[in-house]
Amino acid sequence: MKILTGNDLKTGAVVWWTGVGWSLDVNESSDVGDHGAAIIAREEGAQNVFASYVVDAEKTADGVRPAHIKERIRALGPTVRPDLTLKPADPDAINWVI
Amino acid sequence: MYKYDEYDQQMVDTRVEEFRDQVRRRLSGELTEDQFKPLRLQNGLYLQLHAYMLRVAVPYGTLNSTQMKLLGDIADKYDRGYGHFTTRQNIQYNWIKLEDTPDILAELAKVEMHAIQTSGNCIRNISSDQFAGAAADEIIDPRPYAELLRQWSSFHPEFLVLPRKFKIAVIASEKDRAAMRLHDIGIKMVRNDAGEIGAQFYAGGGMGRTPMIAPLIRDFVPLNQLITFAEACLRVYNRYGRRDNKYKARIKILVHELGRDEYVRQVEEEFAHLLTQPIEPPLAELERIKAHFTGPDFEQGLSDELDLRDPDFRLWVGRNTTAHKVPGYVIATVSLKPVGGIPGDASADQIRLMAQLGRDYSFDELRVTHAQNIVLPHVRKADLYTVWKALDEAGLGTANLDTLGDIIACPGLDYCSLANARSIPVAQKISERFGSAEKQAEIGELKLKISGCINACGHHHAGHIGILGVDKKGLENYQLLFGGSEGADTSLAKIIGPGFTEDGVVDAIEKATQVYLANKQGEERFLDTYRRIGMDPFKEAIYG
Repeated sequence: MKILTGNDLKTGAVVWWTGVGWSLDVNESSDVGDHGAAIIAREEGAQNVFASYVVDAEKTADGVRPAHIKERIRALGPTVRPDLTLKPADPDAINWVI
Repeated sequence: MYKYDEYDQQMVDTRVEEFRDQVRRRLSGELTEDQFKPLRLQNGLYLQLHAYMLRVAVPYGTLNSTQMKLLGDIADKYDRGYGHFTTRQNIQYNWIKLEDTPDILAELAKVEMHAIQTSGNCIRNISSDQFAGAAADEIIDPRPYAELLRQWSSFHPEFLVLPRKFKIAVIASEKDRAAMRLHDIGIKMVRNDAGEIGAQFYAGGGMGRTPMIAPLIRDFVPLNQLITFAEACLRVYNRYGRRDNKYKARIKILVHELGRDEYVRQVEEEFAHLLTQPIEPPLAELERIKAHFTGPDFEQGLSDELDLRDPDFRLWVGRNTTAHKVPGYVIATVSLKPVGGIPGDASADQIRLMAQLGRDYSFDELRVTHAQNIVLPHVRKADLYTVWKALDEAGLGTANLDTLGDIIACPGLDYCSLANARSIPVAQKISERFGSAEKQAEIGELKLKISGCINACGHHHAGHIGILGVDKKGLENYQLLFGGSEGADTSLAKIIGPGFTEDGVVDAIEKATQVYLANKQGEERFLDTYRRIGMDPFKEAIYG
């Protein structure tokens, strides 16, 4: 699947396109298929999200997993600071990245 | 240390308000990201992997306790409770909100700090010897010259859009502690046969994807021509440096392609022309700046005795202190590399504690080192145990300077959008395996540096052992390099063979240390043994 990511203009936070808006949770990503460029053009025009691009990912039993480690680190947070990730209480979260 | 005059303060204050308006226009939609990006970068605001990152300049690595305290307060108030000290003697915050940035810059301006020229193709923050003004081996304090260069280069209209970024280092001792010859321009303050102070210029050094050691460009530039000569070096680069390919745009490529002699010829020609123009600031301006660096009012006649009965303190003194130019004082380096820690990171509380110790025990001065540590440059030996106890209680008492635990590491793929592999987990594993006092005593000085990509922010080319993280078909892979050095004997490390996994590279380092220990003669460091016996014994042990 192809998913869409970018950064929130005000906070810089990593966000993922859900089909109707942007979420901090990569698992809420929707498959944009071939429509990524059109969504980017429309959404960046709205000036809420910037630096957006399309990412390859797969739908697994545990949710949406970006294909590249860089995007998985973006999705979770720094692997060396579990307390600052989106799943600070999950000791296995880092394994999802690696 | 230098104090802003009304012009410095007005420049910085004006810039803050200008950026505040630019942020307002960006948030309101008046500016697109393409329009805004160069503006934010000129104010040190990057977009990194998780959020905006703000890089704050610490000119030549020197700051006072008020400034240091504010860096801790900013970490608490605007970030997530910590900051990261960089290999450019700066600090960066990883979780900054755009809407907060003008307020942060305004708070910094109140203590004479800013984030100007910490990004972009301009002359970046000038770096220097972290022991400047305290080292027993320096011929003069290099910081007034670094400050003069800072003032010359700040907002210099001709050099704000260079072919590529430009880094200058200034030192004033034989022992190079600033990687001077790995800078675009390296300046070594020297004394000539007549006893006059002047500047020795090197140009065309750097790391990155094409590492080069800067050749000597001029043996002696008189102080009343310092800026004019620097301007000539920059002008030739600005005129002929490549702008068609960013990977070939640094001055090192120009000097290499022209050849050192031709580059020197062109610089000398430009220099002769510039001497006909009145561009050199009057020496009175240098004297005005120097008056800010006269040094603290040291007590005289203090004892050099230290009570070393506490074994942990004795170990720390042996590893982390350096001779001071004044008897009874010592230079103390605070390691930001606890075993298993993140190199260069410090919590807000730790930053404020170091500020307080700088205020109470080091004449209000601290330094940031390019090795991502903090220095208290002027500690009375009589106070040293008290200082170390306070540091140790805060997790800052690690005794590991210049050993395998004192690793330089870039933020890597955990934070950096340019990185190909993570650096910090590798540093943590190495530090855990080799960080014990026994291991450090056995192996001794071994400078290990890790970069998460070819841009080499972790200085892997200059490591006795360097590690370069690469992306190998979507997997992190680590190349191992041996033989680099950034000191007076600067050399570039060489790749020893195929890369390793994260765990594999740690095992390879263990084998390398075993080869060193088996072959070491006398007091040889790892680097000395490597230079004597060459790479083959190490390759054989590692690749079998």
